[in-house]
Amino acid sequence: MSNQALPRPRFNAPEPERGTKAHLKIEARTTPLLQGKVSEIPDVFFGWAMRLCGLAVVALLGLIVYQLVVGSQLSWHAFGWKFFGQSDWNPVSDQYGALPFMYGTIVSSLLSLVIAVPLSIGVAVFITEMCPTGLRGILSFTTELLAAIPSVVYGLWAIFILVPILRQYVQPFLAKTLGWTGLFSGPPYGIGMLAAGVILAIMIIPIISSITREVLTVVPQHQREAVLALGATRWEMIRMGVLRNARAGIVGAIILGLGRALGETMAVTMVIGNRPEIAKSLFAPGYTMASVLANEFTEATGDLYLSALIEIGLALFFVTIVVNALARLMVWSVTRGQPARSVV
Amino acid sequence: MVDHAMTGVAVLTVGLVLVPLFAIFAYLVYRGIGSINIAFLTQTPKPVGEPGGGMANAIVGSAVILAIASLLGVPLGIGAGIFLSEYGRNRYGDVVRFVSDVLNGVPSIVIGIVAYGLVVLPQKHFSALAGGVALAIMMIPTIARTTEQMLLLVPQAIREAAYGLGVSRWRTTLSITLRTATSGVITGVMLAFARVAGETAPLLFTAFGNQYWNWKTDQPTAALSLQIFTYAISPFDEWHRQAWAGALVLIVLIVAAVAAVRIAVKHGTLAGA
Repeated sequence: MSNQALPRPRFNAPEPERGTKAHLKIEARTTPLLQGKVSEIPDVFFGWAMRLCGLAVVALLGLIVYQLVVGSQLSWHAFGWKFFGQSDWNPVSDQYGALPFMYGTIVSSLLSLVIAVPLSIGVAVFITEMCPTGLRGILSFTTELLAAIPSVVYGLWAIFILVPILRQYVQPFLAKTLGWTGLFSGPPYGIGMLAAGVILAIMIIPIISSITREVLTVVPQHQREAVLALGATRWEMIRMGVLRNARAGIVGAIILGLGRALGETMAVTMVIGNRPEIAKSLFAPGYTMASVLANEFTEATGDLYLSALIEIGLALFFVTIVVNALARLMVWSVTRGQPARSVV
Repeated sequence: MVDHAMTGVAVLTVGLVLVPLFAIFAYLVYRGIGSINIAFLTQTPKPVGEPGGGMANAIVGSAVILAIASLLGVPLGIGAGIFLSEYGRNRYGDVVRFVSDVLNGVPSIVIGIVAYGLVVLPQKHFSALAGGVALAIMMIPTIARTTEQMLLLVPQAIREAAYGLGVSRWRTTLSITLRTATSGVITGVMLAFARVAGETAPLLFTAFGNQYWNWKTDQPTAALSLQIFTYAISPFDEWHRQAWAGALVLIVLIVAAVAAVRIAVKHGTLAGA
């Protein structure tokens, strides 16, 4: 194959005899540029060094699990499964139960999904299906800019802008119109579960909308054309031709957003009120698993106290891993070339 | 009719998403610029009640922690990326791929606990090193996956051409494949860097924070994000003002660091690399 690069003889000259000067000339051109045997040792060494790096990633995960499991032994032996069913959190009497924190994490995350999901799907649909091409790049860039803001800056903004707005306008309005449900009652502090849910929603919108957008763009164009050809309007086309085909991927995107919301620490800690109580009203202050770690880890004096906190960390770790693995599988099922289901 | 209504709804959602974005940036610039002065950039924090003071030690502290994180995380992350693309097209590679995706989703506060057990407990005190380790753990999976994707974009023919010239595999990987993908790999590294630069949660019980200058990597170290958190939840107006200034400085520094590396890749010292 390398012959093509070599100058061809201009006429059918007989092959030069082996060993003659002419033959040596040709041989010099066709042998590899690097003469001599290349040592294999650096190659083998490099290969194993890179494998070691890959192994290090797996080792890191093992290390995390090991640290968390060993650190939480004391608390596990003291409370067992009761740890997750008790709502007592009292460092003075060394009684620890994670229930209020689990409740706070779940409620604030779900609340954020309720707010973020319609908005992010709306944005994704607008960008992929309705938006003029010129605007598309700018819009997706700006929504992704939201993801680049550090969590602590979101918290800062929430304390000084979002919370006063909630206290003065949103909460009185909700109490008046929906107060009868019991979800929106009690004094409007501003700070509390609702504020945490709103700031979390703002933080997870970029993730959900960018993955939804990715999923929507892989829905084949002829699906859209087929639905339009049947006389559907644009909205009917989006609903039946696009959203229905991308269902699994969108659910995956939502779960990925949920995973982020569950583990989010700083912004939530700054606005949720940090009180380990289970209250029905969303106006009431709460506490999340991540927040209690942020607030109390450095102050934990007793061994059992620290161990209980690490056990909360372990629980948080497992929940986010399960949620993330589930989400990845669902997103993959759509974007990894699975044929779209037929519509009609 | 329904069609138009739904278009309206979609436009409305875009508006609702863009409002907080602009509100955050507008407020950050508005409150931040008014609070930044020379003292803020050159002095250490003053005790409550005294006006003035700044976050100079926190800015330097953040830089030190991030430097440690990059020193540990970037080579390991790129190495893992090379493994995934050049040696990991098999079951072992799939395991590493899955694990790094899982690591990516681990909450940052949990990483903080791990770094606490790994570095703080044996050392017996909080340190910049512990903060750096925590952030490095967060950088590795992102860098590994983006490096892998960038290396896979390099055409197989280029590798074969190098082998054909008798170049050994490690030389090919480092000076042909990695070199061709340099700008993409650096973009991935900067993404990971920007992601951890503003992290606060894993630093709470690793770097811990410090009100004074500290040049030792085994002592508690101030960080910009930690200082913003402490000041934001304090009841003092003067500290609130400084928190806004700190937030603006943090974002400007992150953007500047990313832009500087981008420019260096394009024109300066790393050009052609």
